[in-house]
Amino acid sequence: MREIRYRDALREAMLEEMRRDESVFLMGEEVGHYQGAYKVSEGLLDEFGERRVIDTPIAEAGFAGVGIGAAMVGLRPIIEFMTWNFSFVAFDQIISNAAKLHQMSAGAIRVPIVFRGPNGAAKQVGSQHSHSVAPFYTNIPGLHVVQPSTPRDAKGLLKSAIRSNNPVVFLEGETLYGVKGEVPDEGVDELIPIGESRLARPGSDCTIVTWGRPYYTALAAADKLAAEGIECEVVDPRTLRPLDTSLMIESIKKTNRCVVVHEHWPYGGPGAEIVDRLQREVFDYLDAPIERVTALDVPMPYALNLEDSVLPTEARVIDAVKRVSYAE
Amino acid sequence: MAKIIGLPKLSPTMEEGTLVSWTKKEGDEVEVDDLLAEVETDKATMEFRSFDRGVLLKILVPAGETLEPDVPVAIIGKAGEDIAELLAQVSAGAPAAADDEAVVAAESDEPTDTVRESSPSGTSEAALSEAPAPSMGPSSGRVLSSPLVRRLARERSIDLQRVQGSGPHGRIIKRDIESFTGSANALPSVAGERLPPRVVKASSMRRTIARRLTESTQTIPHYYLTIDVDIGPLADARKAMNAELEEEGRKVSLNDLIIKATAMTLRRVPEVNASWMDKEIHYHQVVDISVAVAVEDGLMTPVIRDADRKGVAQIAQEVRDLATRARERKLQTEEMSNGTFSISNLGMFGIEEFTAVINPPEAAILAVGTLRNEAIVEAEEITIGRRMRFTMSCDHRIIDGATGAKFLAALQRTLESPLTMLL
Repeated sequence: MREIRYRDALREAMLEEMRRDESVFLMGEEVGHYQGAYKVSEGLLDEFGERRVIDTPIAEAGFAGVGIGAAMVGLRPIIEFMTWNFSFVAFDQIISNAAKLHQMSAGAIRVPIVFRGPNGAAKQVGSQHSHSVAPFYTNIPGLHVVQPSTPRDAKGLLKSAIRSNNPVVFLEGETLYGVKGEVPDEGVDELIPIGESRLARPGSDCTIVTWGRPYYTALAAADKLAAEGIECEVVDPRTLRPLDTSLMIESIKKTNRCVVVHEHWPYGGPGAEIVDRLQREVFDYLDAPIERVTALDVPMPYALNLEDSVLPTEARVIDAVKRVSYAE
Repeated sequence: MAKIIGLPKLSPTMEEGTLVSWTKKEGDEVEVDDLLAEVETDKATMEFRSFDRGVLLKILVPAGETLEPDVPVAIIGKAGEDIAELLAQVSAGAPAAADDEAVVAAESDEPTDTVRESSPSGTSEAALSEAPAPSMGPSSGRVLSSPLVRRLARERSIDLQRVQGSGPHGRIIKRDIESFTGSANALPSVAGERLPPRVVKASSMRRTIARRLTESTQTIPHYYLTIDVDIGPLADARKAMNAELEEEGRKVSLNDLIIKATAMTLRRVPEVNASWMDKEIHYHQVVDISVAVAVEDGLMTPVIRDADRKGVAQIAQEVRDLATRARERKLQTEEMSNGTFSISNLGMFGIEEFTAVINPPEAAILAVGTLRNEAIVEAEEITIGRRMRFTMSCDHRIIDGATGAKFLAALQRTLESPLTMLL
């Protein structure tokens, strides 16, 4: 299978879906003439023109609302936020309109829209621009929240998100855009279903649940632990809402221990939700309390050395796995 | 090492308490959680229970006194221990030991955070008692264990009080229970503790047995006939047969001969070889003997087909094969169904006679007892007799008393003259 970058996988997903269905269009800041702030929409303006690749002013509340209106009357907008940090000014549109109208109209109105963009810390962009927003959006019934870790999942899940009749919050990784990975050839219509987790690494001794940037931190930690004789099984939920815990449960029944590794803050959010569900589902199989490795509970510092220690590190993952394994 | 016991704070708002009465006297043995005294507080009369194990060496405060919390009231230690120094401390106004942890820290030179790793037997409780405590649990009395361990302990009937925990704070973890070699099902080690029943889901085999035997006793009017048989001739016949079979490495059992004799007798009294089918009676034209075989956690009844027409050696071989496969749970359903008469033998357990439950739709089951040597009086002579009792349970809807008796008499004749099996 060929290897492509995460950003190209996303571009291909939009390209293929826009070719397939002319009700799909892309709207956001710099998506057209600038070819995307992160070059995810490179070439789309040339192929589809200004009616379907629309540059907007710096007005997230406005274009998020326009997108929701378009979705209500039958189009399938993709709304790109330059980063998810900027979605906060459009929060009301996403929560009060996108997530609610299907229910408030008794099913008469659907909002098939995708909000996408880079999420999470991105090396020295400061506390206001380093948010992992999954806890905010996963709290809202009426939204689906997807956060792919690999190029293949990014492409397959974005295609599914565009075809979904529900509003989907699609969280990309600002530091993942350059990550390469195997993806089926262009034109191969691989849809990865929303709400299905994936086994990323088989193992017998400890289950690690992880997604986003820390997915790679956890895999690297798992390799080091394997050298010491502790084989970790890594499960990537891929979709954070609705959440699929089936593989996690199956895995913990085998390993009897679990560490959840994620980039968002420790207070609440999908990380805490996963621990809550798992302790109830596998209580009788746990040999140790479930641990979490998260971003530290502080606004992101600007200094690079501090940023690196706030984000989940390999060393913290290794320590947590050893603690739940009662290893030295 | 003896220690001074202070008046505990028995409620959050207690500022003083009155020692109403001592329930232990000096010299009494004290177990953890034993009632030492009753104390009246601002709220109520409360129980003052011991956190320590040992002997109550000295009561420092008589009943009736009103005191503040932590004022020394007693000394607990080993029998015969010298407490002069502690008494001096008390008269000098020393406070009582604050709590167990403090005592541990004072006695060992290790920093307190190593309490996490230290074995629970390192607590003051063990330090006070002469012999090591039988229970491995931490001094709080609560056994710390992971949920997985609690499930495994339930499944394997292991008393966690007896397992040493190696996790944080002495928590029992997976590797502790996997390396635990003590016997399961042990009696509770804490005196006075009464364990609830161990609940086990009934296997499908047990549920089948329960259903079929309940149906049998509820719907079949059972009655029982017992006959005592001189088994000497049959035992001699077996001996002769086995002498003959020895070279081939085969042998037959008394039970194999009884199966054969019963099958032959069923040919002679065919009314017993029948089934009640609501408004019809089915008289079977084949003699298929169900043989009860005990298996782990249950019972199976493989069938010897056409037992009346098979040689004893062949019956012996089939019984052995079926019984082996029954114990391995490898019998096919058809090998266990459609018998016409059952035999159950508890002779090997020394049972003299018993009554068995009919295996429907069969009409009777023969219960075989053990071989007894007993004195027989015959013509003024006492001889050594070899006897066995056979009890037949009969379905009265088909087999009346006279018919049943006729069958047992015929069986007795066959067993007592094995040669007639050749007829």
